[in-house]
Amino acid sequence: MLFPSTSRQDKGLIPEGRLTGPMPWVLAIMMFLTLLAAATALAVNASAAHVNADLAGRVTVQIVEPDPEMRARQTQAAADALTASQLVQSVDVVPEQEVTQLLAPWIGSEGFDSSIPMPSMIDISLNGPASDSNLDALRDMLAGIAPAARVDAHGSWLKPVFDLLKSLQYLGLLLVLLLGFATSATVLLAARSALDTHRETINVLHLLGATDSQITTLFQRRIGLDAAFGGAIGAIAALAVILLIWSQMEDIGSGLLESGLLRWHDWVILALIPFAGIALAMFTARLTVMRALRKMM
Amino acid sequence: MDSIVQFENVGLRYGTGAETLSDISFTLLPGRFYFLTGTSGAGKTSLLKLLFLAQRPSRGLIKLFDTDAVTLPREQLPDLRRRIGVVFQDFRLVQHLSAFDNVALPLRVAGMAEDELQEPVTEMLDWVGIGARASARPATLSGGEQQRVAIARAVVARPDILVADEPTGNVDPDMALRLLQLFEGLNKLGTTVVVATHDLHLQGRVRDAQVMRLDKGRLSGPVTAQPALAVGRAL
Ligand SMILES: Nc1ncnc2c1ncn2[C@@H]1O[C@H](COP(=O)(O)OP(=O)(O)OP(=O)(O)O)[C@@H](O)[C@H]1O
Ligand SMILES: [Mg+2]
Repeated sequence: MLFPSTSRQDKGLIPEGRLTGPMPWVLAIMMFLTLLAAATALAVNASAAHVNADLAGRVTVQIVEPDPEMRARQTQAAADALTASQLVQSVDVVPEQEVTQLLAPWIGSEGFDSSIPMPSMIDISLNGPASDSNLDALRDMLAGIAPAARVDAHGSWLKPVFDLLKSLQYLGLLLVLLLGFATSATVLLAARSALDTHRETINVLHLLGATDSQITTLFQRRIGLDAAFGGAIGAIAALAVILLIWSQMEDIGSGLLESGLLRWHDWVILALIPFAGIALAMFTARLTVMRALRKMM
Repeated sequence: MDSIVQFENVGLRYGTGAETLSDISFTLLPGRFYFLTGTSGAGKTSLLKLLFLAQRPSRGLIKLFDTDAVTLPREQLPDLRRRIGVVFQDFRLVQHLSAFDNVALPLRVAGMAEDELQEPVTEMLDWVGIGARASARPATLSGGEQQRVAIARAVVARPDILVADEPTGNVDPDMALRLLQLFEGLNKLGTTVVVATHDLHLQGRVRDAQVMRLDKGRLSGPVTAQPALAVGRAL
């Protein structure tokens, strides 16, 4: 039998088997969706954190100067000044060859001659964050030494991407909350209909001296079991899907995708969601039954 | 002797109609045996419902075991109800439970352990003659058999008060007498018994029984019952 059998204490009080009709299946679907929404939000969060950590103190200085000699001189001067600066942790002048390679897809590697002015690039890591004040300090410092220098934080290119990621996270959170609300509503309806179905039994139990809390516990436990069953099905299905997508992401092995892999604490959060769902279901069931019983004599 | 049940000027009105019960005042003494009679629709079941706490009165005072049952908060009702055994006129057996489980209900509700309740439940089912059908669901039992399950359930926990609403309406005269003996046995053990019945023969069968009479919602009695001979007919 698929459904958990009733426990000893329930014996002979409310009927065996399922109490809540199709509720477990609805809860299975909601648990599935909740976990996928949460996993997506967490993956987006992991990815954003990863990229953010990577870019946090990263700054590019470009020397945009058509005259190659002047460019080389300014690049060297800028690199020296940056190396000496308190703000800067490391300085890395990107070799011209690499810049060419970077641009090859756009310009083509053949027609590449010195008549096309190429900027030279210096990658630097700051000691602190690439904040506006830090960037301004760098600009001021370089203004005299290398007038052709343009200073940009890596992160600033990606700000719209970060904003998008943030929105996606909020969306995921909103979905989780909405699904939690829908779960509660489903349990409430199921509990009410179970109470209706068993109203006569409840009346008799009351008249034989059963307390509200005895009857409530009975229903709460049974509804909890049904919810746990549905939740487990949904969780297993969601886990299968998440692992499948995980392995596909690993196969692709691209940097950004890999950065979106779930961290261990993300798994902990995901693992807690089914338990939270079942607790929510039991709590809702208890409240619903208690309130309904209080209206009886 | 202190009273076990006391009604004072009790009235009951269903909805907005006329009063079904009016000015009901009486006192029941512990350990006595009472009959409640009256024509169909006189209000016997309504009166018993007040007694076994299935209904609150519209007015008046009801005391059970020296407790004011009218203003009693909900949470305290179960304690009183566990001291009252009820045979409902329509039995009210739990349909999805076997005869055994139905009879075991009051004991389980009171928290008795499973291995302790086997014996009293089996004994009770044997006494009312349905030991062989202990595992049958109510729907598969005859009317009389269901009634006996209902009686077994009402007495199994040895209540302080037994309230029985037409408990012999569906059984043959021999079985009726046997059930009455059961009530008398319980009565001898100290239980106060209240039986609503049309059956005049039964009333004369119990020594020292008191009779209360309901007529259109008004009560007379209790008075000492006429001896069996006065009824004049054999069972
Ligand atoms: N729940 C109810 N709502 C409205 N009216 C009711 C209700 N229960 C009983 N009545 C009415 O109250 C009156 C008394 O009913 P009651 O069942 O107490 O009579 P009774 O003496 O037990 O009759 P019987 O001998 O047929 O069992 C009847 O007129 C009945 O229609
Ligand atoms: Mg009646």
